[in-house]
Amino acid sequence: MLVVDQLHKTFTTDRGGVRAVRGVSFTVEEGRFYTLLGPSGCGKTTTLRSIAGLERPESGTISIGDKVVSGNGSFVPPHQRDIGMVFQSYAIWPHMSVFQNAAFPLESAKPRPSKAEIKRAVEEALTLVGLEGLESRPAPQLSGGQQQRLALARALVRRPRLLLLDEPLSNLDAKLRERMRIELRELQRKLRITTVYVTHDQAEALFLSHSIAVMHDGAIVQEGGPREIYREPASGFAADFVGSGTFLAGEVTSGGITALGGMVRCTLPTDLKPGEKALLVLRPENVVVRGAPEHRPNEFTGKLEIAAFLGDHLDCIVSIGDVLVRARAHPSISLRRGQDVFVEFPVEHCVAMRDDGWRPRALQRTFEEDEA
Amino acid sequence: MTSQAVGIVAAAARTRRLPRPGRGTLVVLGLAAVLAYLAAYPLAMLILGTFGVDGEISKGFTLDNFANAYGSGRTFTLFENSLIYAGGVGLLALTLGTGLAWIVERTNTPYRRAFFALSIVPIIIPGIVSTIAWIFLLSGRIGLISKAISTVFGLSEAPFTIYSMPGMIWAEGLHLSPLVFLLMTAAFQSMDPSLEESALMSGASTLHTLRRVTLPVLAPALASSALIMAIRGLESFEVPRLIGTPADIPVFTGEIYRALHGTSADYGEAGALSMTLMVVTLIGIVAYQRLISRSERFATITGKAYRPRQIDIGRWRYVTFAGLLLYVILLVGLPFLALVFVSLLPYYAPDLSLLEKASMANYTKTIGWYGVQRGVMNSVLLGAIAATLVTMLTAVVAWIITKTKLRGRGLLDALAFIPITIPGMVLGVALILQYLSPAFRIIPIYGTLWILVICYLIRYMPYGMRANSSAMVQLHRELEEAGSAAGGSWLTTFRRVTMPLLRPALVASWLYIFIVSVRELGASVLLTNQDTIVLAVTIFEQYEVGQLGMVASLSVMLIVSLVVVVAVIQRVSSRFGVRQEA
Repeated sequence: MLVVDQLHKTFTTDRGGVRAVRGVSFTVEEGRFYTLLGPSGCGKTTTLRSIAGLERPESGTISIGDKVVSGNGSFVPPHQRDIGMVFQSYAIWPHMSVFQNAAFPLESAKPRPSKAEIKRAVEEALTLVGLEGLESRPAPQLSGGQQQRLALARALVRRPRLLLLDEPLSNLDAKLRERMRIELRELQRKLRITTVYVTHDQAEALFLSHSIAVMHDGAIVQEGGPREIYREPASGFAADFVGSGTFLAGEVTSGGITALGGMVRCTLPTDLKPGEKALLVLRPENVVVRGAPEHRPNEFTGKLEIAAFLGDHLDCIVSIGDVLVRARAHPSISLRRGQDVFVEFPVEHCVAMRDDGWRPRALQRTFEEDEA
Repeated sequence: MTSQAVGIVAAAARTRRLPRPGRGTLVVLGLAAVLAYLAAYPLAMLILGTFGVDGEISKGFTLDNFANAYGSGRTFTLFENSLIYAGGVGLLALTLGTGLAWIVERTNTPYRRAFFALSIVPIIIPGIVSTIAWIFLLSGRIGLISKAISTVFGLSEAPFTIYSMPGMIWAEGLHLSPLVFLLMTAAFQSMDPSLEESALMSGASTLHTLRRVTLPVLAPALASSALIMAIRGLESFEVPRLIGTPADIPVFTGEIYRALHGTSADYGEAGALSMTLMVVTLIGIVAYQRLISRSERFATITGKAYRPRQIDIGRWRYVTFAGLLLYVILLVGLPFLALVFVSLLPYYAPDLSLLEKASMANYTKTIGWYGVQRGVMNSVLLGAIAATLVTMLTAVVAWIITKTKLRGRGLLDALAFIPITIPGMVLGVALILQYLSPAFRIIPIYGTLWILVICYLIRYMPYGMRANSSAMVQLHRELEEAGSAAGGSWLTTFRRVTMPLLRPALVASWLYIFIVSVRELGASVLLTNQDTIVLAVTIFEQYEVGQLGMVASLSVMLIVSLVVVVAVIQRVSSRFGVRQEA
């Protein structure tokens, strides 16, 4: 449905920084929810705005359906692309009522639908997002959540082929964000509208998407379904950005990598040869912590530095030599801070990748600063 | 023993607590008295004088002044003209300024950023100078443009002249349009561009978006800009006097001047005219304030800084660029060239062949003339004194308003704001009525430079307040509290901490008040005499007696010096991040 091919765009921001999209390509199938995930400045918003036609790419093509909207010397202006878009600030027009806001896209359409048709379509769209009955309310009197719904209704009212969402949930408070996340997912699944979503929140991306593209420095570093992205990160950056975990770096040996003063058994990609640098990322929920040894493979002895009770789990930090390992244990387990513990990395969860040199910094530094 | 202890504690509490608010209250009361004397007293005298025989209430109550002012058949014409003139000025300035702001803020017109410099034009070209320049350009018989057009089309006389209502509106509206540009640029910047982007994404074209979203969202800002320009047009003296009076198109300020400088000075009639002008201005200012607060509520829905966004307008960007160039030519290029042209000629005629006789004679003559020398000396001296006094007084008042919780500080704020509603010429009339009244014989400053000092002090107090309070609001109170915590007295802290931190803002506001004082005309023209004449009045008077060469050369020199001063302000402001408003 949507094909983006070798998109390039560079510009300098007001503060002199350079932002760029470097050769981004991806395809979104009809009816799918596709998310561009990455930290700020990674080029995800620029990519989205290029699809919308609000930015003019330097090169590359963008096609919606069979029609090339950008590239090959043609550029379809934004208002002639069949797209609905929700902005981060919602961009609800303050001088209009709820009805007028939602009716605007239909009133701008050519040919313009009849008054009765507009009324019916607007009511349908408002009902879809749960704003029925508020038609005559002035837009500035809406709450944040209501403005968000209205922005969504406005984007959907003329049944566009493509829906673009630019961090639509980031301005809501936590509880409301969670609720809107569910509603948004259900709405998209129900309408089967092709959707491109931009966010820096990995939980949102995992929850909402059929496919996720992780972006870094203007390029897509990994693309895949939520499970794949989380469980089989293709790089240190992707592993670090999507979820937390312990990074073990070492040299490839037969059947594993050298780390933690010994060998950690793991599955290795076929292109890694012995002696090359590899990286193993261990998600906290896959690390098992025990008070007594069970003499299983990949079991190491460490010292429990932190065991914080968080209700649904126990957040543990274990030091093995100079490495800090993060683990998530069941809250009923009884462990004391400072005691010796046995940590197991179940072999089925250990998949190494080529080391790209990326390391999460926060945890290590916290302890070093404490000791200094 | 217990009662003794209680007594000691009570005494300690007294010495610790009581004197402080006491002293603070005294300071507030003192300042309130000063401000009331400066700002409110002249107004009271104006109102009383308006109802007094010969402008003096002590000679008896009368309504004759109003009868004189409004009794003639001219009254209707006066109101009609003033309304059309103010409305026309507001509309023209709004159209030009908003169009410009849209082009610069929202399109990809080449070199658009360079046009931001336009906003300083009204500072470097005083109203009196631009008015005279446009007379040189568009006067029916002697205008350079008029002459060129009538020659090209073989007419005996140009089809238009500056001496008409459209001419007046053109001269004033064009002169004020950069201020609208400044206001609307800010409005565009504070408007979320995604409001417009979402209209585009809804299928609306650029024009449709402009009409249905951009302009309605900016409506309060547009209305308030037009209103404030209409008020400024109405308050201004230059165009009504230099163009309106010869064309027999009476407007308020022109009529006030006529009442005072006719066959005999009629202070009562001038007062009655001033009253109406002030009431109209007051209504306008109140409406403006309401609109502004509404537009702020409108604009700050999300209340964050937006990244600027430009619409790609394709080939139209060359059209808009040409528009910007044409505007600069009209606003600065032609008027300045006309002044230079006139300043080089031995006598003035709209004839380019006269350039063969061009010389610097006018400049030598102007610089050497004692009248100019005195005007320059007085202007610089008055400007410096006024700027210093305003800055000092408003620094203290602004500090009390923004940094203390003293009772009565709201009153100080209100008093210091009053003068913004008094047009320059009305203030001049009020000061005449005040200092010529019998009760003020003991303060004989009428006819001296001191009355001008008082006048500028009153007029520019609101400017100083605005500059100082916005700077002080940004000054974190803990910086000062640290000063007191370190053992500094209030005065020490103010002198060693507050003042140095505010210095850049104070310097910028000093320079700005200096400039506006030097160019002040509406009040000065009523309050000066041969000895106390100031530069702007010199230009005005020499124009009235037909010394065009001298007027032109003086204007050129004034513009050049103001460019230098403004360059200094810009350096100071940008180095210290101080915003300066026109």
